[in-house]
Amino acid sequence: MKPWLEAAQNGDRRALARLLSWVEDGTPEGQAALQELYPRTGQAHVIGITGAPGAGKSTLVGRLARAFRAQVAQLAIIAVDPSSPFSGGALLGDRLRMPELSNDPGTFIRSMASRGQSGGLSRATRDLVTVFDALGCPIILVETVGAGQSEVDIARVAHTIVLVEAPGMGDEIQALKAGVMEIADIVVVNKADRPEAQQTVKALRAVLHEVSSAGHHGAQAQTEGPGYVTTESWEVPILETVAIENTGISELIEAIRAHRAYLESSGLWQKRLERQARADLETWLQRYLLAALESRLGAERLQEEVARLVARTANPLSAAQALLREAGILPLASATAHSSSFPESE
Amino acid sequence: MEKKIRVLIAKPGLDGHDRGAKVIARALRDAGMEVIYTGLRQTPAAVAEAALQEDVDVIGLSILSGAHMALVPRVLEEMKQRGIAEVPVFVGGIIPPDDIPELKAMGVVEVFGPGTNTQTVVDFIHKVVGA
Repeated sequence: MKPWLEAAQNGDRRALARLLSWVEDGTPEGQAALQELYPRTGQAHVIGITGAPGAGKSTLVGRLARAFRAQVAQLAIIAVDPSSPFSGGALLGDRLRMPELSNDPGTFIRSMASRGQSGGLSRATRDLVTVFDALGCPIILVETVGAGQSEVDIARVAHTIVLVEAPGMGDEIQALKAGVMEIADIVVVNKADRPEAQQTVKALRAVLHEVSSAGHHGAQAQTEGPGYVTTESWEVPILETVAIENTGISELIEAIRAHRAYLESSGLWQKRLERQARADLETWLQRYLLAALESRLGAERLQEEVARLVARTANPLSAAQALLREAGILPLASATAHSSSFPESE
Repeated sequence: MEKKIRVLIAKPGLDGHDRGAKVIARALRDAGMEVIYTGLRQTPAAVAEAALQEDVDVIGLSILSGAHMALVPRVLEEMKQRGIAEVPVFVGGIIPPDDIPELKAMGVVEVFGPGTNTQTVVDFIHKVVGA
């Protein structure tokens, strides 16, 4: 791993590409690289681009990247597309929308398949961000899969979240629902040259105003919610773009810069780093715990419990507790046949 | 740990016929591979750069313009310059039989003509990637 890591640090794009594969596949080399790189992260501004399929995310990302490149020497794009739930394969077509970047030596585009994750990213998206961040990339654009309403994993990865809407995608009630609308720091109505665009802007404006004033009643400004920080005193701007014609891009860049300045001056930057660090820790705890459990008890032992669940002679809650006790992770003493609640939970 | 076969399907050159490339891309997806599709009118440099950044295991070039004898060596050259000459390349499209030996001599691993069963391509990729 070492020589590859060094080569990647010295600007060898081939080495970087290989390193990213190892990290994505979770190989021992990839994990060793992450261990070494993580302490050097925390500098990059990670910008998440999310929104429905066909809203124009990829085209917008391409235009954004090109405009950002006038200001920074290096830029990375991580574009996630869905994996097939049937074959496990994927068609990764985001690059196709960014032809202007294909000959730019300062931009590195990496496509990822979601590989079974349902939150709009893949398990390793965060890890790829770590690599680019550690190698000194100041701007990292992360494009989620075409997201519906609840694909909010991007909030665990990005500092600034841009929600891309296309005109005519639903009324105010859609915008009022919980989920992706709540995590947006900047809303973009793309394809704004379409006749319905003004209506969409108006509906979004009405709703977002409601959302932000509702937040103030809570008096809990800038506290951690169930995993996501809300953007209290930041008024979510609604911008109009026509990405394909490069219209509105500089205004969007300006809004992104303003949001970063806001994060820093309000102390939210630090809070988001904390949230990310917590998520990072939980991610690896989950991965290692499951792996440790399997290696300690054997895959067959887990399979036994699965069979009992299928036969409905056991329930998954008790089965999980029993396995954790067998592996010595939960104390045997607290094991009572009647305990209905998970002993370690609050 | 999960390792997927990653394939680049690219259309270098100027012809606008991407049906074949899309059929192959879809078949490979359905065979469980991760397919990076670059779309139409890619320069040889752009194809090689995409292959490098995406760290693909194999590259498929779809060429129906008749310009394969000009385009393929340029893609291979761009790959060599980027240190990825060892990534296997296959070509699909309208390729006269007489050109096939020459393409193979340049380093192309296989050539698939019209009417090729997609399963043949899937099997071929499994074979060259060794997975």
